[in-house]
Amino acid sequence: MSELLQFLFSGVTVGAVYALVALGFTIIYNASDVVNFAQGEFVMLGGMATVFAHAAGLPLPLAALAAIIGTAAVGVALNRLAIEPARGAPVVSLIIITIGASIFIRGAAQLVFDKQIHTFPAFSGDDPIRILGATILPQSLWVIAGAVLVFVALWLFFTRTLLGRAVLATSNNRLAAQLVGINTNFVMTLSFALSAGIGALAGVLVTPITLTSYDVGLTLALKGFAAAMLGGMGNPKGALAGGLLLGLLEAMTAGYLSSQYKDAAAFVVILAVLFLMPQGLFGRKSTDRV
Amino acid sequence: MKLTPKTATLLVLAALVAITPFFFPSGYYYRVGALIFVNGLAVTGIVILTGYAGQVSLGHAGFAGIGGYACALAPVHLGLPPVLAVVLGAAISAALAWLVGRPILRLKGYYLGVASLGMGILISMVLNNERWLTRGPDGIDVPDLGLRGVLKDWGLNLSNGEFWYFFSGIVMILGAWAALNLHQSPTGRALRALHGSEIAARTVGVDVSRLKLQAFVISAVYASVSGSLLALQNKFITPDVAGFMHSIEMVTMAVLGGAGSVLGAIFGAGILTLLPQVLTVFAEYEQMVLGLVMMLVMIFLREGLLPSILRKLRGTGE
Repeated sequence: MSELLQFLFSGVTVGAVYALVALGFTIIYNASDVVNFAQGEFVMLGGMATVFAHAAGLPLPLAALAAIIGTAAVGVALNRLAIEPARGAPVVSLIIITIGASIFIRGAAQLVFDKQIHTFPAFSGDDPIRILGATILPQSLWVIAGAVLVFVALWLFFTRTLLGRAVLATSNNRLAAQLVGINTNFVMTLSFALSAGIGALAGVLVTPITLTSYDVGLTLALKGFAAAMLGGMGNPKGALAGGLLLGLLEAMTAGYLSSQYKDAAAFVVILAVLFLMPQGLFGRKSTDRV
Repeated sequence: MKLTPKTATLLVLAALVAITPFFFPSGYYYRVGALIFVNGLAVTGIVILTGYAGQVSLGHAGFAGIGGYACALAPVHLGLPPVLAVVLGAAISAALAWLVGRPILRLKGYYLGVASLGMGILISMVLNNERWLTRGPDGIDVPDLGLRGVLKDWGLNLSNGEFWYFFSGIVMILGAWAALNLHQSPTGRALRALHGSEIAARTVGVDVSRLKLQAFVISAVYASVSGSLLALQNKFITPDVAGFMHSIEMVTMAVLGGAGSVLGAIFGAGILTLLPQVLTVFAEYEQMVLGLVMMLVMIFLREGLLPSILRKLRGTGE
């Protein structure tokens, strides 16, 4: 029983990170129909920038804030310099652009930072909390709280604020949104900034547990993507549920089946979802107008 | 007599393979050339899938892995001669592509990309983890193809580098010839029609999902054979051949050069194969340059390098 609980804890922690990456995917996908393979690099940048800002003397909260803002700026730059100029390009081209961006960011990070593995102190100590015979790190609670908070904030933003609705309107129909006076360029900028900021936040929260280095982004992007697919591409609720579910699946695979094939869980899930329910858990069936 | 694009492409390729060795300063360049041709073969498969049919695969390296490991394992465990191992690998790849592609290709959009990505990563995971069979990440020896010995008996004495240069070159030209034939056939026309508009193609009676599946299976065979050639010429193979980055490389080569034409894609394969050789001086910047090139070409030269260059040349000529 305590064993299962232990796997549950680690699954939810990892799952919360996947959920944050998947939320980032969802925001950009909704705003621009782009599947952003550089999403994982935002997580890496968040962690690495915090490490180096902290080492340079900034107190940890300030370092984290600087990292998140800096990463959001990278997100905006990505949109302005690479996505916006390629508007209307075929899907293959957009995929290659974002993968190119991810390789570029990784290469730059390896020069600007270094190739070492880094971490910084956990926010509230390293003493594990015991619950029913299982343990959970205080930092895990931070990660989970972060994911829940971001989700609630996004939900309020999209349903309760005019700006949030403008984003939704843009994702529904860009031209129609422009016609009713929405500044769609600003909406795109905002979406990339938000998405990159959320990715960076995930990196800040999880680095004390999983450590970070310049090359952690790709795996995270693929996992987050799997989570977003599982939940149904473009649906924030789906991203949260898909992320948590994927984390749990991985933890259970590692615990009960084989730790070697832990990472396989995500990709088996992708294939299973595509074969059985291509719209994901929460997706709606789409129709095209010719 | 007017040169058809097909004959022109094949002539250009044949001339390239035959003439460039005269300019090689050392034997090492045969090796680089052979590598370009092996990649050129894989990329020709991508032309059929992406350029003709408009589908994206992000897991084609998985098929290269199957082709490569078939050459390492089948001769040892099944006693097959290496040539048949290549065929076996291609058959397994085709069967797998059919299995994965059949349910996926009924869907539209980037789903094939996602599914093939998952499939490719699973293949590379199996190759990494099943040490009892594949010896894991350290890689495994591959038996000799044996053809060079046969040629020697016939009096044609080639060095290892020369042999693989010409052999890969010939296989690549055969692959290009098959792809160009497909392009002109009714199937090829139907493929290009569905690339233009799936719904329009369906309306005029094209069996869209079956055609997409055919393109996927054929391109998987190309990738598989290229993996086999790579394994055979290196006499060694590691799971990296099936890795995600290799899949991305294949697509990038094709799209960079111009996925719409065989010659363009092979041109892209040449550039991306040479790039790391040129950049070894700036090894630290290699990733940045690669990423930058990928983005710039896709933003500014959407059709790919070769078609854009050709258009420029024609534009000034007129």
